[in-house]
Amino acid sequence: MRSVPLPAVHPEFMLEPIIDAGSGRDAIGLGQARQPGLDVRHGTVLTLEDISVSFDGFKALNALNLYIGVGELRCIIGPNGAGKTTLMDVITGKTRPTTGKAWFGETLDLTRMSEVQIAQAGIGRKFQKPTVFEALSVYENLELAQKADKSVWASLCARLGGEQRDRIDQVLQTIRLTGSAQRPAGLLSHGQKQFLEIGMLLMQDPQLLLLDEPVAGMTDAETEFTAELFKSLAGRHSLMVVEHDMGFVGSIADHVTVLHQGSVLAEGSLEQVQADDRVIEVYLGR
Amino acid sequence: MPKALHSLLLALLLLLPLAARAAGDADYFIAAKPNEQASLLQGWAAQPDPARLELLSSLQQGRLGPDDSRKLRLNNRLRGLVDNALASHRLLSDDARVRLAAAQQLQKSAQPAQVAFLDRRFASEPDAAVHAALGLALANLQLVATDPAVRLAAVRLLGETGDPMARTRLESLLDPSVETDPTVRTAAETSLAQVKRKLLIGELLGQAFSGLSLGSILLLAALGLAITFGLLGVINMAHGEMLMLGAYSTYVVQVLVQRYAPGALDFYPLLALPVAFGVSAGVGMLLERTVIRHLYGRPLETLLATWGISLILIQAIRLLFGAQNVEVANPAWLSGGLQVLPNLVLPYSRLVIIGFALCVVLLTWLLLNRTRLGLNVRAVTQNRNMAACCGVPTGRVDMLAFGLGSGIAGLGGVALSQIGNVGPDLGQSYIIDSFLVVVLGGVGQLAGSLWAAFGLGIANKLLEPQIGAVLGKILILALIILFIQKRPQGLFALKGRVID
Amino acid sequence: MNQPLLVTATQKAGPRLTLAVGALVLLVLIALPLLSLLPAGHSLQVSAYTLTLVGKILCYAIVALALDLVWGYAGLLSLGHGLFFALGGYAMGMYLMREAAGDGLPAFMTFLSWSELPWYWAGTQHFAWALCLVVLAPGLLALVFGYFAFRSRIKGVYFSIMTQALTFAGMLLFFRNETGFGGNNGFTNFRSILGFEITAQGTRAVLFLLTVALLAGSLYLGWRLARSKFGRVLTALRDAENRLMFCGYDPRGFKLFVWVLSAVLCGLAGALYVPQVGIINPSEMSPTNSIEAAVWVALGGRGTLIGPLLGAGVVNGMKSWFTVAFPEFWLFFLGALFILVTLYLPRGVVGLLKKRGEQ
Repeated sequence: MRSVPLPAVHPEFMLEPIIDAGSGRDAIGLGQARQPGLDVRHGTVLTLEDISVSFDGFKALNALNLYIGVGELRCIIGPNGAGKTTLMDVITGKTRPTTGKAWFGETLDLTRMSEVQIAQAGIGRKFQKPTVFEALSVYENLELAQKADKSVWASLCARLGGEQRDRIDQVLQTIRLTGSAQRPAGLLSHGQKQFLEIGMLLMQDPQLLLLDEPVAGMTDAETEFTAELFKSLAGRHSLMVVEHDMGFVGSIADHVTVLHQGSVLAEGSLEQVQADDRVIEVYLGR
Repeated sequence: MPKALHSLLLALLLLLPLAARAAGDADYFIAAKPNEQASLLQGWAAQPDPARLELLSSLQQGRLGPDDSRKLRLNNRLRGLVDNALASHRLLSDDARVRLAAAQQLQKSAQPAQVAFLDRRFASEPDAAVHAALGLALANLQLVATDPAVRLAAVRLLGETGDPMARTRLESLLDPSVETDPTVRTAAETSLAQVKRKLLIGELLGQAFSGLSLGSILLLAALGLAITFGLLGVINMAHGEMLMLGAYSTYVVQVLVQRYAPGALDFYPLLALPVAFGVSAGVGMLLERTVIRHLYGRPLETLLATWGISLILIQAIRLLFGAQNVEVANPAWLSGGLQVLPNLVLPYSRLVIIGFALCVVLLTWLLLNRTRLGLNVRAVTQNRNMAACCGVPTGRVDMLAFGLGSGIAGLGGVALSQIGNVGPDLGQSYIIDSFLVVVLGGVGQLAGSLWAAFGLGIANKLLEPQIGAVLGKILILALIILFIQKRPQGLFALKGRVID
Repeated sequence: MNQPLLVTATQKAGPRLTLAVGALVLLVLIALPLLSLLPAGHSLQVSAYTLTLVGKILCYAIVALALDLVWGYAGLLSLGHGLFFALGGYAMGMYLMREAAGDGLPAFMTFLSWSELPWYWAGTQHFAWALCLVVLAPGLLALVFGYFAFRSRIKGVYFSIMTQALTFAGMLLFFRNETGFGGNNGFTNFRSILGFEITAQGTRAVLFLLTVALLAGSLYLGWRLARSKFGRVLTALRDAENRLMFCGYDPRGFKLFVWVLSAVLCGLAGALYVPQVGIINPSEMSPTNSIEAAVWVALGGRGTLIGPLLGAGVVNGMKSWFTVAFPEFWLFFLGALFILVTLYLPRGVVGLLKKRGEQ
């Protein structure tokens, strides 16, 4: 893994309570008026071009191209080992691509940002295995995730305002955990943890949500509810969902990308890709 | 001038009838005053006679003869002269080793009067090593010859040796008040540079060798850790005490062999190997079953619990054997060393330990990669649940792997007992270094541990003379921290998808 | 380890009781030095020995609390806190040595025939600068070490091993005669502090009260931290560092802050320890001492604020009793304590009490 020389905390992020991802290059060089939010002039929130990742000779991603539009809900499917999780690792800065470009909006180069900066810039991620802060209560989990100044100093003197409390209560209701607000998160069931993690993402209010198998371990009713939730999020946020459950994919996706051996095999609506010969071959191993 | 007087006396003595030799010499010697005794000895040194060898050997031991009970008192100067005369006589021996030792003694003590004799021996000496040693002894003497040409030749000869003594001699010649002839002085300068270069090579090789030696010890100490830490994820702070148990087992074996089979004393370290392995492995397995088994997956807790175990083991050994170090002697075949250069001796014990460490690594590698047990151990490390489902008895595998790690430490303890002190705190001094080796080498990587151990050992020993042992250690710690910045997983880490 | 916060732990055990016990202990601690001022024959008089012993244990309790902040809350088990403690102690010790020596060089330096003071000891004759050193030396060392360690994400046992190696290196450095730290013997034979005689009853009592104040202050600080969002971030960091990063927090800053704070607290405790006990030497930095501090915390209950204080008190009390009564069995006892606590008391005594309370 290449280490990237960057200051520990982006000064801009420290100074401004509302994290503003688009302030970087435009504000300095191009003479445009600074606008709040991410610069998405061309309608794409995420641009991955020619991304390759290799681990000691094994190519996990191979010249992958992927574009995700603003407000889009994209599903990524593919057999095991196709590189789905590595793709998420690259986007969130956990793994550095060996070659290729990764842009968030028009201005932010993801390959040069740390995981924390990427998260602060507005990319939220849900892990395959639900990870919540088990020793903290559900309420505290959501409080920590809330979009706010996340520097050390701010945390030392932070107090919850009324507006913030309302927001937490609102999300608690959305994820149906109001009754368990004061319970330690470690005592929640698997499905509840999944919802809590989704709730934390909602608190973070990111531009782009990456969700790794969000409905694993959920009951049918919960899955259905999650599908509704995601559809309501699309439009305001962009979502990228990795999922094996084809029923779930069918119920939410307008656009599906099939990964195979580290590159994009097919793209289109679910019916289109399901009709694609190569996709059938990969899945059925003809 | 006493010197002239001595020469005169010497000449007189040489003219004395030689009939009074042998038995007569002893009486003559004891009757003489100390000054005359000195002259006598100098005379004997210049004109050695095999018949006088016995007398001189006795004189060296403070007697007049093998059967002579008369007491003899020699002062330091006379004792030195006796040594010198004896060396002179021993040059006549048939044994090349005796001659070599004698020639080396003469390099230090020879007197100008012996030049003629040394010259003759130098011309007739058949053995190459003795010949070279004699040449050096002669050159040392010729440095004060009156003829500048002889001095020049001697200076050049000294330049070809790599002897630390030659350096001091040559350095003294650089002073114009000591050496009047400028050509000799220039030659001395060139020779000095030559000698220094040779000495430097010897020094560097010596440091590299002690580095290798330290590395092999670290390797023996860290190898077991690499297994328990790398494969089982257990931080065994009592690992150092396994080394200590191995060393104490060696001591016990030594004592028992001494008592019941003194004839086999030479081979007690070989006997100690299986015993030490058994003792350490047994204690290790016992600990695994009683304590560590309950702590898998909680590395910080194992760290604390094993620290407690180490305290108990140390105190138990203290109560059993006392707080003082116990004496573990080297057998004859491990003492002494291989003289490679004049200033470089490689002790046999350290050579054997380097070889031993490599053998242990090889055996461990074979055990882990070529046997059923090794396969089981690797399976359990990679996926405990899956291995259990496949019918691998994980509990037993854990126990055996832990026993193996501890047993290897026991073997390391046998090696340590041969080169260092054996005391209750033996393990404590190695544990931190061993952990650094494992951290640097990368967890679960035998090859990594190998390189890290030798790398740390050599770096330690090369830095030691430059900046001191303590600063060297601190610098190495800083370097490791910086190194981990670049390669957080150690030297030999496998890259892979980050799993959450 | 579900509820790390003292607040919740004590709320369940009965807040009134905890408060009452706490107030009682505080009263006793304040009364002790006052009782020591009574004339020697008085039946309530507290001996200098007792006062020194309790003062020493209080200093250790501060170390335990500091260690708990990094271990119990942030999940970083430091095996090198003895180093920070000793650094604070040495800074204070040098001031005391200078005061004892007057205008000349400290006794150990004249003994080793040093002709002048090394640069790093410049200004230590001033109490104010010595106090600055007490904070700066451990603080800066912790800052530099922590910066590099956290930058490369060294955590878990790796962090423990590195800190242990650090304190070991420090011990080697301070053991040397030529490094100007008094070698094997360290600093001792102090006479006065700020002009007051160091063995006088009044001075002892004041030092003791200062220790109590520092302990109370650290406890309050720890309580505020644990209740703040910062404390919750630390707990989150301990349990799921990756999740925290993807929430947009930079763990390095949080770790570094609590790590340096903890080191500085240790330094202050060391500075109060030295004038009371009267000696500081490199053995304070030995890895054994630092790891012993870990068992105080583990015994009392990590992730709580009362636990470490309790643990430090109990273990050190036992130690002073054992080393008089059965010196050769102390290590057996300590070793067994390490094993039993990790096996049967993973949440310490406080955890056990809490469990009782819940039932």
